[in-house]
Amino acid sequence: MNRADLENMAQREQERQQGFRCRLLCCASTPCLSSGGTAVADALQDEIARRELNAEVQVVSTGCMGPCSRGPVVTVQRQGEPDLLYENVTPDAARRIVQQHVQGGEPVQEHLLPLDIPFFTKQHKVVLSNSGLIDPERLEDYVARGGYSALAFALREMTPEEVCAEIIRSGLRGRGGAGYPTGLKWDLVRKAPGARKFVVANGDEGDPGAYMDRTLMESDPHRVLEGMAIAGYAVGAEQGYIYVRGEYPIAAKRLERAIRAAERRGLLGSRILDSNFNFRIDVRIGAGAFVCGEETALMASIMGRRGQPVPRPPYPAQRGLWGMPTLINNVETLGNVAPIITHGADWFAGIGTEKSKGTKIFALAGKVATTGLIEVPMGITLREIVFDIGGGIPDGGTFKAAQTGGPSGGCIPAQFLDTPVDYESLRALGSIMGSGGLIVMDDRSCMVDVAKFFMEFCMDESCGKCVPCRVGTVEMYELLRRITDGSATPADLATLEELCVMVQETSLCGLGQSAPNPVLSTLRYFRDEYEAHIRERRCPAGVCSLDQVPVLEWPDRLHAQALAGNGSISGEVN
Amino acid sequence: MAARPTAKRSPRRDDGGEHPSGDPRFKLIDRTLKRFQYQQDALIEVLHTAQEAFGFLEEDLLIYVARQLKLPLSWVYGVATFYHFFSLKPQGEHTCIVCMGTACYVKRAAEIVASLQAEFGVEPGQTTPDGKLSVATARCLGSCGLAPVIVVDGEVLGRETPETTLSRLKALLDTSQPEPMAG
Ligand SMILES: Cc1cc2nc3c(=O)[nH]c(=O)nc-3n(C[C@H](O)[C@H](O)[C@H](O)COP(=O)(O)O)c2cc1C
Ligand code: SF4
Ligand code: SF4
Ligand code: FES
Ligand code: FES
Repeated sequence: MNRADLENMAQREQERQQGFRCRLLCCASTPCLSSGGTAVADALQDEIARRELNAEVQVVSTGCMGPCSRGPVVTVQRQGEPDLLYENVTPDAARRIVQQHVQGGEPVQEHLLPLDIPFFTKQHKVVLSNSGLIDPERLEDYVARGGYSALAFALREMTPEEVCAEIIRSGLRGRGGAGYPTGLKWDLVRKAPGARKFVVANGDEGDPGAYMDRTLMESDPHRVLEGMAIAGYAVGAEQGYIYVRGEYPIAAKRLERAIRAAERRGLLGSRILDSNFNFRIDVRIGAGAFVCGEETALMASIMGRRGQPVPRPPYPAQRGLWGMPTLINNVETLGNVAPIITHGADWFAGIGTEKSKGTKIFALAGKVATTGLIEVPMGITLREIVFDIGGGIPDGGTFKAAQTGGPSGGCIPAQFLDTPVDYESLRALGSIMGSGGLIVMDDRSCMVDVAKFFMEFCMDESCGKCVPCRVGTVEMYELLRRITDGSATPADLATLEELCVMVQETSLCGLGQSAPNPVLSTLRYFRDEYEAHIRERRCPAGVCSLDQVPVLEWPDRLHAQALAGNGSISGEVN
Repeated sequence: MAARPTAKRSPRRDDGGEHPSGDPRFKLIDRTLKRFQYQQDALIEVLHTAQEAFGFLEEDLLIYVARQLKLPLSWVYGVATFYHFFSLKPQGEHTCIVCMGTACYVKRAAEIVASLQAEFGVEPGQTTPDGKLSVATARCLGSCGLAPVIVVDGEVLGRETPETTLSRLKALLDTSQPEPMAG
């Protein structure tokens, strides 16, 4: 296949789609399927077959459309009319949609989700621009929306050096957590000497509460593959690996299929699009270890070993897989590549803030009215995300904190709701952008318990290689457990704070170095809750049961004095 | 768990990878081994296949894989125990996985785990003594919008409460016939 064939394919597919009077796009991503999406798609098909509309009406299974908690959702595209979106569709409603709306009548009002609400209007879809609009299992659908034309353009019109320069100019930064400038990393790998080089897409997505990468891989797999191929061309690699979390079997299956489809058409494999560039991609399936998201551990895992980190430098860009220069990028980062090549670096740099360009996908979850997957321009405020897009706190609760960055991140309290969401601002608040989990908590969440939750996670997931992390996380978890069950003393809080600093400064990899973050950030903004647990044996949020008695290591007299110093208990100790 | 059999029992790997037991499931493993040309790097892929075929990784399987890849058994064992996904114990007839990711935690998934503990007497990671039900926890199943989320026998279910989960499982365990063992 060459460039002209690609354009032909796109045109043929567009014509085919226009041949349908009406297209019904059904979300077939996991959240919608688990709220009954399969029955809805079946009902649509049945009704269409019953009315013999097969030739004019098409039902397409797509990826996620965004408002997952309102699923199953269905988009109706009628020739010459704006798209309409239905929420909470039942099989019954599906049949009525066909009877009424598809047949030229009025939309089914009760299930209509207006598209002019802030949930949609405040979003800016770059990476997810195809998600929910194409069938992820059909290459033609992707090509019809301009897919693989960025690769074709890069191969014909640009040198690898120019591709790197374009990505540098766009200001794209890594979406996997640390926010390292992507173009610079590409250029490092491009310049690194090596007989062979590799590109790795990091689809491990270990952060609990985050599912951006899964959705992208499931909803638009070719987008990731195209990004990898462009990266391979730019750095001089002929082999790529995409490392998918073991918990995401559908994503892995779709990627495998997409790779085979692209190889059959000469869009991957050897002599891509009649050029001299060869690039193969293989899928590697993770086996359930959070630390494998860390780049050196990920490489060990791809090579079939225990996923334990090793010290950097040397960085993967110098010595990676099998000792060769290796480019590692997050899946979402790679999802930005094709649009940058297509629309140009200036267009991309026009979105977002000065230092954080482009958009970011967040998995908005927790105590908000509408949870789901959103893509917003960098620099949007937290308030806009939580209250405009998410629709605020349900059940009359009040906003208490937003947790970003998962176990490496922190909690942002209400007084900072107007902070712009970008790499620097979040870091200044003691949290991080992280990979994009955004969990909203209301006044019924206990922040000490939240810190304990993340510490338990880090304790379980520590690979055990270095002592500060292996032992430190257990110790810190134990201290937090004592605080939440009522048996902690003020000395324990001091020990906890000391341990935080020690583990942060002496651990080998990012897991240990950032494990104390949730504790430090909750201590920074919610210290009174820690004190209430310890001194008043009370959980302000009413979460902890506090049924244990403190084990006093000091003489009672001293302890009483310490407590009295705080003024909250009047010198008496039980 | 020393590297007991590797050196002595496999002088060469020219037996075409056939397992002496003739168990057809070994064919699946052999196919994966061949696909990766017996490269040691493919260990995790091979273990995935083995676990898929047999349900869990018995010692015999680990020994077989170690021999085929010419790796010390301690190495294979080290990898198999490092990853949460691999199980060295048999699983129950039915499985219930409760998501304990952040979104599910905020929506009180812990109460579901506690109710399972109270009702069936199993901690996460355990199987009931009659082998009917295995309970496990997971780190985010990627359906956070529907938190709290559980997976029963592969089916993802959202917006659960302790009551709905319990009644679901009880119905499942009541109807399941005493079947002959799978495989
Ligand atoms: C403990 C730990 C877990 C990580 N998990 C992930 C992950 O799941 N996905 C990811 O893309 N990056 C993860 N990272 C960051 C990667 O090491 C790496 O920085 C990233 O994949 C680089 O891609 P980017 O520059 O495109 O962000 C993790 C880092 C650490 C320390
Ligand atoms: S110190 Fe313990 S964990 Fe580490 S290698 Fe030795 S036995 Fe294994
Ligand atoms: S910090 Fe923790 S996860 Fe990282 S290498 Fe050390 S023990 Fe392993
Ligand atoms: S899964 Fe259907 S809208 Fe997200
Ligand atoms: S936290 Fe449970 S599905 Fe994500």
